[in-house]
Amino acid sequence: MKAGTNLEKILESGKFAVTAEAGPPKGTSPAVMLKKGEALRNCCDAANVTDNQTAIVRMSSLAGSVLLKQQNVDPVMQIVCRDRNRLAIQSDVLGAIALGVGNFLCLSGDHQKFGNHPTAKSVFDIDSIQLIQTLKNMRDEKKFICGEYISGEVPMYIGAAANPYADPFEFRVTRLAKKVKAGADFIQTQAVYDVAKFAKWMEMAVDRGLDKKTHILAGVIPIRSAGMARYMRDYVSGVSVPDEVVTRMEQAANAKEEGATIAVELIEQVKEIPGVHGVHIMAVSWEDIVSEIAKRAGLLPRPIL
Amino acid sequence: MITITEQKPIEEIMQSLGTAKKVYLVGCGTCSTICHTGGKSEVLDMKEKLEAAGKKVTGWMVVPTACDELTKYALEEQAGEVKKADAILAMTCAFGVQTLAMFTDKPVYPALNTLFVGKEEAPGQFIEVCMQCGNCVLATTAGICPLVRCAKGLLNGPCGGSVEGKCEVSPDIPCAWQLIYDRLAALGKLDELEEIVPLRDWSTSREGGPRRITIE
Repeated sequence: MKAGTNLEKILESGKFAVTAEAGPPKGTSPAVMLKKGEALRNCCDAANVTDNQTAIVRMSSLAGSVLLKQQNVDPVMQIVCRDRNRLAIQSDVLGAIALGVGNFLCLSGDHQKFGNHPTAKSVFDIDSIQLIQTLKNMRDEKKFICGEYISGEVPMYIGAAANPYADPFEFRVTRLAKKVKAGADFIQTQAVYDVAKFAKWMEMAVDRGLDKKTHILAGVIPIRSAGMARYMRDYVSGVSVPDEVVTRMEQAANAKEEGATIAVELIEQVKEIPGVHGVHIMAVSWEDIVSEIAKRAGLLPRPIL
Repeated sequence: MITITEQKPIEEIMQSLGTAKKVYLVGCGTCSTICHTGGKSEVLDMKEKLEAAGKKVTGWMVVPTACDELTKYALEEQAGEVKKADAILAMTCAFGVQTLAMFTDKPVYPALNTLFVGKEEAPGQFIEVCMQCGNCVLATTAGICPLVRCAKGLLNGPCGGSVEGKCEVSPDIPCAWQLIYDRLAALGKLDELEEIVPLRDWSTSREGGPRRITIE
């Protein structure tokens, strides 16, 4: 075991994993994380704690991860390259490990233009692939980037993101391969709506044997309303929402229920695609629905270990 | 290659000038003339604006190249009018502002923002293609710099926000990595993108105070 986290145990034992997402609050109250932990504890194997997602300032992912851990939810601490340089990132990783965090997700980070501090200076000292490499080196060689030794154990289960819907499409599997080569133990993808395109991407990944070297979890974002469907289709970069999904949401008598149903159908479809080892359900500010979706998709009861 | 400038908002210029009543204006016959930010007509336009705001313009000149040492002699020729002024307003790039400040005791204020060193893509259309990082990566990026042309300065290929050749930041910005990908494809060198580009040494960039060099 690299870190011995719940997520690692599930994936390395060949079981189908379920991860969720718990965004920290725009404030100081731990109660928000506790409530999210409560909602997610028995329906996922680990929960991602976002790091100033969409460049909006929130409680740090490190603090949020620790709060989830205290709730017996295995946290996946997200780290973006936008806000911190190599010193700050390595230092936060040491602190997170000391506080019991074991899963880390390496991301570039949404551009600050999209957030609530668009005049900020971004960092991007290192990129997401170099970040994976950095964490792997910290764990396996017990060395900092500079080559000096780290004292103590450095257990980490390292994750990365992949977006099958971004361009150039042919490069997307190359980028995945680079992340795997850099040391990604698991991959969480951007939300899947266009299953055919995702299946094609998976086929290319499997052809390169990447499913044997990493665990790919398909991303699912349950949609709450027709407005959200349209917004995601038109404005969220890197997400591809087909018109058909928007139409279904618009015509539904109960939009929330339809959104959950679409999510369940997507999970059922991606589960059948060779090489998919789990799902990552990102119910942004709608954590309560994860339990229902997981149940209807036949993913409960959990915990399974 | 020219230094691209834009005029600061007049309110900011007035704030910089503050209580200075008498102002001497300097334009530049090179880059800021091309940018229409500090040529003769912009200088005369500024003169009018300052006078309308109650300032007195003691004189003005458009030096051939404000960043050049010859600016010293231009100031000497204009010594009488410069002396009468409380401040100099420089309609030049930041090189010009700093060159002027070297050769006069008067306070020198910038009227322009210096944006970048630009390459002309089409007539009148300039783009930043180099940020003078001091550690050139162009050998592996098909001659297109991702540090300056990618909004995140990524070195290992396009992020998840590259869609239909555009950057997630704006539909007006081509994705640098799509450009690099296409050019490498045309050169039959796509396999180069499989390699992981290691962490960069930023110490050659703006991390250690001003960079200096002596050319013998």
